[in-house]
Amino acid sequence: MTIATERPLIGRTGARPRRLRPAVATATGFLVLLLVAAVWPGLFAGDPLAADPFHVLRAPSAGHWFGTDQLGRDVFDRVVHGARHSLAIGVAATGIAVTAGILLGVLAGLAHRYADEALSRSFDALSAFPLLLLALLFIAVAGPGSVSLVVAIGIATLPHYARVVRAQTFVVRRAGYVTQAVAFGDSRTRLVLRHVLPNVLGPIPVLAMIGLGEAVLAAAGLSFLGMGPQPPSPEWGAMLSEGRGYLRIAWWASVLPGVVVTLTVISLTVTGRHLQRRFEGREQR
Amino acid sequence: MLRRLATGVVVLWAAATAAYLALLAAPGDTVDSIIGDGADTPLIRSQIVAEWGLNRPAVVQYADYLWRAAHGDLGRSYLLQRPVRDIVGEQLWPTLKLALFAALLGVVLSLLLAVTTRRPWARRASSTAELVLVSTPPFLIGIVLLSVFSFRFGLFPVAGDRGFAALVLPAVTLALPIAGVLTQVLRDGLDRALEEPFAVTARSRGLRESAVLLRHALRHALLPAVTLTGWLFGILLGGAVIIEQVFGRPGLGQVTLQAVNTKDMPVVLAVVVLSAAVYVVLNTAADLAYLLVDPRLRRS
Amino acid sequence: MTTPLVRVEDLHVTFDTGRHRVEAVRGVSFAVERGECLAIVGESGSGKSVTARTLVGLAGPGAEVRAAALELDGRDARGHTERDWRRVRGGFAGLVLQDALVSLDPLRTVGAEIGEVLRTHRRRTSVEKLLTDVHVPEPARRARQYPHQLSGGLRQRALIASAIAGEPPLLIADEPTTALDVTVQAQILALLAERKAAGETLLLISHDLAVVSRIADRVLVMRDGRIVESGATSLLLSGAGHAYTRKLLAAVPSAASRGRRLAGSGESPAVRPPAGVVAEATALRKVYGHSTVVAGLDLSIGRGEIVGLVGESGSGKTTVAQLLFGLVEPTAGAVTFEGAPWSGVPERRRRPRRRRMQFISQDPLSSFDPRWTVRRIVAEAGGEVIPLLERVGLDATVADRHPRQLSGGQRQRVAIARALAPRHSLIICDEPVSALDVSVQAQVLDLLADIRATDGTALLFISHDLGVVHHLADRVLVMRDGTVVERGPVEDVFTRPQHDYTRALLAAVPTLEATS
Repeated sequence: MTIATERPLIGRTGARPRRLRPAVATATGFLVLLLVAAVWPGLFAGDPLAADPFHVLRAPSAGHWFGTDQLGRDVFDRVVHGARHSLAIGVAATGIAVTAGILLGVLAGLAHRYADEALSRSFDALSAFPLLLLALLFIAVAGPGSVSLVVAIGIATLPHYARVVRAQTFVVRRAGYVTQAVAFGDSRTRLVLRHVLPNVLGPIPVLAMIGLGEAVLAAAGLSFLGMGPQPPSPEWGAMLSEGRGYLRIAWWASVLPGVVVTLTVISLTVTGRHLQRRFEGREQR
Repeated sequence: MLRRLATGVVVLWAAATAAYLALLAAPGDTVDSIIGDGADTPLIRSQIVAEWGLNRPAVVQYADYLWRAAHGDLGRSYLLQRPVRDIVGEQLWPTLKLALFAALLGVVLSLLLAVTTRRPWARRASSTAELVLVSTPPFLIGIVLLSVFSFRFGLFPVAGDRGFAALVLPAVTLALPIAGVLTQVLRDGLDRALEEPFAVTARSRGLRESAVLLRHALRHALLPAVTLTGWLFGILLGGAVIIEQVFGRPGLGQVTLQAVNTKDMPVVLAVVVLSAAVYVVLNTAADLAYLLVDPRLRRS
Repeated sequence: MTTPLVRVEDLHVTFDTGRHRVEAVRGVSFAVERGECLAIVGESGSGKSVTARTLVGLAGPGAEVRAAALELDGRDARGHTERDWRRVRGGFAGLVLQDALVSLDPLRTVGAEIGEVLRTHRRRTSVEKLLTDVHVPEPARRARQYPHQLSGGLRQRALIASAIAGEPPLLIADEPTTALDVTVQAQILALLAERKAAGETLLLISHDLAVVSRIADRVLVMRDGRIVESGATSLLLSGAGHAYTRKLLAAVPSAASRGRRLAGSGESPAVRPPAGVVAEATALRKVYGHSTVVAGLDLSIGRGEIVGLVGESGSGKTTVAQLLFGLVEPTAGAVTFEGAPWSGVPERRRRPRRRRMQFISQDPLSSFDPRWTVRRIVAEAGGEVIPLLERVGLDATVADRHPRQLSGGQRQRVAIARALAPRHSLIICDEPVSALDVSVQAQVLDLLADIRATDGTALLFISHDLGVVHHLADRVLVMRDGTVVERGPVEDVFTRPQHDYTRALLAAVPTLEATS
């Protein structure tokens, strides 16, 4: 019996990522720093609430890396402590959205036509509301605060994940290897557990990472409008709002927290996309 | 086609119902909200109950709400005691102006960028800019633009809605993140289209690469972008609320925020349902536009 | 002595993607004489397409082209600017690609596509005249339609029309008939022959020697970027050529190859006559909405028998496979398997017998769980992994690789290994070799014949390729529009066809006999 002699195909595209590019490395590093700051702010910074009436609205300097705000509080300290708020809200909201999204999405993808139609229309109805307005509606009912933000953003971003999971379930359900598994006498449950779920859930962690960036952005926006943790909580969006009145004379009080938000979201997106490219090589086509 | 319309109506109904349920869930007595800081006597209370029909069964109230909403009557504001339709109607135009202008800017900008940044270095530069724009909170962009162009250079007014100049900075602020996303989508679409066999055939006919790009690839690239229309509008509305705050502009944003803070539920409800309605309409329109652009979907 | 229309000497085309340097064409020299039809044949990776596209300056992104000579109509093309190439494209040479559905812009009308060429090269002919030249009926109406609204054959004609619109003396056709049904393929080849008779020079690229033999005067055989052989078609086909050419010829399955191995030498193993029926379908009907896909079909497969099912696209053969396999329930009629009812039985009760019927599809990659290694894939079916891999001719080292890293032929062998694992009596093969190169196809067909001989496995072999079926099957059923129009022992049906459709099919199949 001859051994197969044709030339094996090279991997799909040459787009395999090279060694960690500097951008990705920086992004990951920043995220790690942020995580540490969220868990143990005391490591980097002092008291975010300590007001110093003699050093109000000072420009950034060696003593105050980000300057001071209108109450004399060190902006850098507040930013570091704020990491916890923003990240916690973002993670919690994304967690809710992803979990509920997976449950509903798999259900819709595996269900019969009518149940799927009903579920899909519900997703459509939810996503018909712009994220911010839906969140505002929820907050009008439940009042401002961290928990409100978490639930509001969670509900608003849920349809996105549900739709992706549903679409993926659809594709996987009809995939050739599922058909093939029938030939080996796999029961439906076995099929779902062995083949469907692992292939459907594969892309989720990466999507969640990129979605986390959006959640953080939304949280900052809502806080800016005063819907988030109330002062004197050092939440980034709220800091921006507070500092707005002093924009002409002390730009650092509002701009710098905003820059940190931007960097966080960028890092999450960059790392997420990098992971996506890594795993795309492992997934089908 | 009929099916799409029907689906749109169903979604709209579901959205209105969900919002209404939220209203019901609001803690606190409706009568209290209506009275606010005003006189509070049993007589006034019973008058309010009668006037607002609050003693009818919940299902009847719900049906009444749907019926009136379908006819354009969005109820009355608890706080201002005026028809919501008037309140919203007055503030609608400034927000609409802003949204439309921002949408136009965003689309034009993204088309230009997607078509012109094809070289590797331009592509990388543009991609980085897009990433930054998409990740920056809109209020930061607005604040920075304000600082530089209004405060420092005095080119544009700092607040208010007088004249075209007041529209420029807010619209640019809103347009930039949108352009960020659209450019990526368009560029990806162009890349993929240019590798397809029909692009090879087009080149083999002796067309310039620019003709292949504009006459063939662009139409293919627009397809995925069209599906984003609904989403785009959502971003615009949400962003408008924030931007109006930053730039001190009148509009729906102000109305909504005030309503949220005072738990003036009819107003919040109306704005939210209105935005859902526009989203559904735009989505349906986008589906139809898709049919126009892609003949393969039309039933012959 | 007229100058050749195209003259190429020592052509090298290299692709540099930063990580690899791939030499697609290594020192190829040939000439295309005016008025002839030259064919370049080879398997995938031979460099034939790249060579042809280099003649219009479209070798591909990142290509480095070097040549001692590259003359188009006497002019040196090595120094051509982009502007010069644009005049060559469409004006000197027209390019016809595979599958007009994706080679024409699906968002533009056929008329717009053809009109574009006329405008670019400033020709006065009308779109309708061109469509008439390629025998498209109702040209005015068709010109207003989109590619997807035309049938495969009409589409391909429209594509050819757009390629000749600029009145180029040379027409390059890269696998122009591969995506088409057999009968349509014959029509397109006839059209190309007609163009040649009208004075066009043709450069035909194909992997299919039979197609080439129909209209080519001379043939170049390429392998790994080099020309292995060149000569008159009749000479090459008579077996007087290079070893590789002879190997390619020997690997083509047909009536003539029946009973012998396609790859390697020797005879196919002797076959035990079937005893008993392994699967049977009676009055099978399947209706989807308003269309009847399968209309009253009877079929029986004996133990150890290879039954071929042939038909063109839309004949319903894939649905028959699904019905037999039990993936889909019939609207009417019944399927029995190993004597017991198979259709209409709840899956729970069929499950214990499932493993005895296996399935192999055209694209094995989609039948593998993308996360799994070969070892896990084969193990899922039960049985020892390494012995199974060796049985299908794969090395044990393949076991720990991912299917993505394997070639098409290796993947199909893995699929076969997996199908062999359980104690099966029937394997349904749906176009298992259509996507494979000729030499690989030969190996897989030999493998299937061996399996039937040693294991007594019955095969239902579904294919559109009559040659393959003629080579391999014992009995054949010819399907059209959901019914069987003819059935019987393969020799009988293919040499003495009774039904008109069968005759038409057979007439359309290009065979390797040299053009007379």
